[in-house]
Parts: sequence; C-alpha cells; structure tokens
Amino acid sequence: MRTVGPVIRRRNDEANGALIGYLPVGFPTLDEGVDAAVALVEHGVDVLELGLPYSDPVMDGPVIQAATQQALANGFRLADGFEAVRRVTERTDAPVLVMTYWNPVVQYGIDRFADDLAAAGGAGLITPDLIPDEAAEWIAASERTGLDRVFLAAPTSTDARIRQAVDASRGFVYAVSTMGITGARSDVDAAARTLVARLKAAGAPASCVGLGISTAAQVAEVLEYADGAIVGSALVKALADGGVDAAGALAAELARGTRAE
Amino acid sequence: MALRAQTGPYFGDFGGRFVPESLIAALDELSEAYTLAKLDPEFGAELAELGRSYTGRPSIITEVPRFAEHAGGARVILKREDLNHTGSHKINNVLGQALLTKRIGKHRVIAETGAGQHGVATATAAALFGLECTIYMGEVDTERQALNVARMRLLGADVVAVTAGSRTLKDAINEAMRDWVTNVETTNYIFGTVAGPHPFPEMVRDFQKVIGEEARQQVLDLTGALPTAVTACVGGGSNAIGIFHAFLDDVDVALYGYEAGGEGVDTERHAATITMGRPGVLHGARSYLLQDEDGQTIESHSISAGLDYPGVGPEHSWLSALGRATYRPVTDAAAMEALRLLSRTEGIIPAIESAHALAGTMELGRELGSDATILVNLSGRGDKDMDTAAKYFELYDEENPR
Repeated sequence: MRTVGPVIRRRNDEANGALIGYLPVGFPTLDEGVDAAVALVEHGVDVLELGLPYSDPVMDGPVIQAATQQALANGFRLADGFEAVRRVTERTDAPVLVMTYWNPVVQYGIDRFADDLAAAGGAGLITPDLIPDEAAEWIAASERTGLDRVFLAAPTSTDARIRQAVDASRGFVYAVSTMGITGARSDVDAAARTLVARLKAAGAPASCVGLGISTAAQVAEVLEYADGAIVGSALVKALADGGVDAAGALAAELARGTRAE
Repeated sequence: MALRAQTGPYFGDFGGRFVPESLIAALDELSEAYTLAKLDPEFGAELAELGRSYTGRPSIITEVPRFAEHAGGARVILKREDLNHTGSHKINNVLGQALLTKRIGKHRVIAETGAGQHGVATATAAALFGLECTIYMGEVDTERQALNVARMRLLGADVVAVTAGSRTLKDAINEAMRDWVTNVETTNYIFGTVAGPHPFPEMVRDFQKVIGEEARQQVLDLTGALPTAVTACVGGGSNAIGIFHAFLDDVDVALYGYEAGGEGVDTERHAATITMGRPGVLHGARSYLLQDEDGQTIESHSISAGLDYPGVGPEHSWLSALGRATYRPVTDAAAMEALRLLSRTEGIIPAIESAHALAGTMELGRELGSDATILVNLSGRGDKDMDTAAKYFELYDEENPR
C-alpha cells in the first residue's frame, strides 16, 4: 500500500519538505480533474489530496465551494471518487489521500468505504469535520485496512487535544495555519509556526500546514518549520481559470518552494 | 433514568460533535460557561427577570373552543408563545445565550435564520446587550421574509444574504459556521434551535423548557389534570422540545411533533425529516436528515421558512427512536387551512410554522375524541407571514396588487 509517511520523510531528506496539492473530484469534469491531478504530480506535487464534493462544506471558502458545487451539479457520485483515485494512482506514483466530510462515509458504510478506497489504491482519508473523539469506527477500519488517517489540529487546540490528534493520526497531522476556512491569504499566520512546534513536542512524526498557502515563497516559508505544505484553493482557481496546463504550471512554480536555495 | 435528566453530548445514538477541530475550543468554552451558569443562582435570576420584564413571561394559555369544534370536540388549549416580545418562542433562547456571551467576554454575536424569527430575536438581544451582530440568512429566505430583514437592520444588525447551495436555512448555518471558525476569538454563535454540535441541543432546550414548565402548571390549574396530548411543530425542533420537556416523564401524556409535509411526503418537496429521512451527520450532530444515497443533503421544501430545514435536533431523533414522541407530516395546504381557521374562529393569526401544529391537532383531536385535552404550542404569530398568506388566499385587491 502506498502511504504518505515515507514520501514525506523522503522529501524532507532530499528537499525542504513535501508539497501536497488538493483538487476536488469531478471538477471541471471527472476526466479533466484526473488529468489535472496527474499534471500536478508531473510538475512536482508529492502527495495528492482529492476532495469529494459535498452539499454542506463548512470548512471550504468560495473557490472550493464553487468548484464542488459545479461537480455536484454535473452529477458527481461517490463511486466517481474511487474511480478518480484508481485512475490517478494508475498514472502516477504519488500517494492519494481523499478529503471528505463525514456524512458521505457514514452513508456508504465506514468499513465498505475503507475497503473500496484501499482497493482503488488510495492512501487514506483527511476528515475535516471528524474529530478523533467521534472516530472510533474509522480508526478501527483504517487499522484493519492500513489506510492513513489525517486529523486536524488548530491554533486553539489545547495541549490534550494536540496529543490526541497526534496519537490518532497516521501519515501526518494537518496543522490548520490560521483560524478560518480554505482560501488564499497574503500571509500565512505566525500561529502555524507555533502550532507545528507544539505538534512536534507532542511527538508528531509529521506535520503539514494548510489553509491560505498560494505561492512558492509561502511554501518555502512553511517548509522552514513544517514537513509539508498543503495548497488547495490556489490550484483549484488555476484549474478553473486556465485548465490543466495552468494547474500544472502553478504546481511547478509552487514546487520551487520545496527546494533548498 | 428519567428522560428529563438526559444531557448531551449524546441522546442515545444521536448528537455528538461533528465539527472542524478549529471550533472545539469555542464549543468547550461555551459548555464550561453554560455548566457554571446553570449552577449560578444569579444567572438564573437574571434570566428569569428578563423573561418577566422584557419577554412578558409567563406567557398565557388560551382555550379555543370554537377552533376545537373542528378538532373532534377535544379541549384545545394554546400556549401563547406568539405573545412574547418579538413574536415567537425564539427570544427565550437568545436571551440566555446573549447573557452567556457577556459572561465569556465576547462582544460580537452571529446567528443563522430561516423565517427570520431567530434573526430578529438575536438582533433584539444584541441591541439590548450592546453586542455587534451579524445574521446569516439564505437569499431565498431574505426574499420571502423581506419584512424581517428590515426589522433586523432597524435593530442594528448586519444581515448577510447567503447565495451558496440551496440559499436557505441550511446554507445560512454553513456560512455562520464559516464565520465562527474565522472569528471565534471575538465572536459567539447564538444557535437558534436544538440541533448543531454539543452543547447547543442541550443548552437551547434548557432555555426553551420554560414553555412546558409554565404550561404544565397552567393546564393543571385550568383543568385539574394533565393534558392527554401535547403538540408542536418541528423544524429544528426548539419550540417542540421546549413544550415537550416538562412532560417527558409523564408517561400518560402523548407527545406529537408535526413536521413540514410541504406538497406531500409522496413528493420530493417536503421537510419531513424524521418521517422520511434516515440517520446521518449534518451541522455538527448525528440525527435524522433528508439525504440521498451518497449522503448529500437533499433540499427541503416548506411554505414555512422556519420549518424548511432538512435536519432535526438529536433529542427529537432519540424521542422518536424510543417511541416517546410521535412525528407526523402536515402539508402546506393543511397548515394554511388551519391558519385561516384559527384566525376566523378565535381571532388569533398564527405563524405558518405554528399552523402545522394546529393542523396536526385537528386530526389528532378527531382521533382522540371529545374527552381529550390537547395542549398546543402556538410558537409564533403570523404578522411576518401576512404577505405569504395574502398571496395564498388572494387577499390583496386585484386593482391594488402588491
């Protein structure tokens, strides 16, 4: 199974850290979305995060909301998510995490979802609205299948909750850079640096920072202290405005931020 | 254990906290503040005084014999939450949460609203307590409840029309949650119903349970006995839990919640969540919800903006699963007929939401017969619905259309 831990470690050995790129499944179409994800990897993205469109995405800002709403309007079904993972993993070596709100997994069946994701070649799940306290079934299913599970940690998380996120996560902990939702920001909050230090102190093998990162300079800045930088809205916007080529070009630009100067 | 003693985060299999980690600290802060406030006699006294001197509590009960002739001759007694300041039960909850906001030292409040009743109540409390206030309202609702938008603005609130998703209450909640995630240091979220993540279902219920506590005693004083049944409309379910709660352990008192059946539960246009939905996770809690096979939320429909919600509070899902309360759908047409009937027989114009409870009560009265006494929560007044009603019943002059 292709998990994210080894890739993040390797990228921290050979460069400043890992670049993680997000795209929603089914945007602008299933086929183009798969091509775009492959293009990201070809241009330097190390780990992919494929988002499943959901009707009530409380953590997403306007760019990703617009993209996932379009995917839903185009008839996105959960089965498309597994199909996208299968096609992308056939064409690249990058591990593919699925980012999903929790209800679709509950309705599909947590064990069945884990089995089908593993069968499609997926690496695991990022669960923005599932906290470890509510995740007993998912933890059991991911233990059984070997899938990674990425929980979130926030600047406001207490030390006890930081430890809980570290203990429950496998692959990396998603450090929420700033208080807010997805979307590019001019400066990534200093809070991220403190949060990553707290995650390290709590024993996190890897911490990746997301929310607000959109430039190579921000990637480089984040990788000074974190193991990975996660870029979402900026890539989605590039794909929306300029198609697969533009998404690939932005990935190449962002990947410059992972290299030692 | 007595049913009344049940607290969050779980009501049986329902409830919990399915929210981004960024909100957990705020929810914990609120839970702790609420736990301390509950034990503080000063908080209780302050809230009770606001109820007396601001809301107009206790609200009266009114027996409605002319209406009851259409309900199988059963005795029908209305709990008059429509007479509260701001026109509905919503004020009970917002005063409690606004007091808590002061306690935790935040100076800004946000809220979602469907019909606008909770938004108006929150804007009112914000004005009273000197808090900044932003109200999120689906664009569809700002259009059908334009008068309430104006009321909120007059009270000093900033009203944001939400254009995402179905542009109704559920999307207003999403947008309010996004605001909260971003501004949690300064902002408290005054949630309007008994849904959402813990502690909201328990806390909002506790602020609303005064309805049933008063009504239980008032009915005893009037009739010498407990009612045969207690009825209320159910959207998220705050007025229903408010009147049910005092009766939960009175096993001989039947509890009926009436959901919005829209154009009929055999169509796709309804909001009958418990009747037609299945358990899932939405807006921070596990409860019944209207969803497709993939777990995507299905857009609800009701003529009443306040019931137009595809979810329901977890305590209702629990009471339904236990068989302690019964939930039935009432169509738009039946609710509007009941609205007209109460207006004409008793001179009381109910909110369209509350008219669902009245329509359900008419049917229930015929089932239970003339020996029964039915206590109905008249949760709100119909002023805000006059435009909808005028169009529905063609009450505007043709030569002078609005």
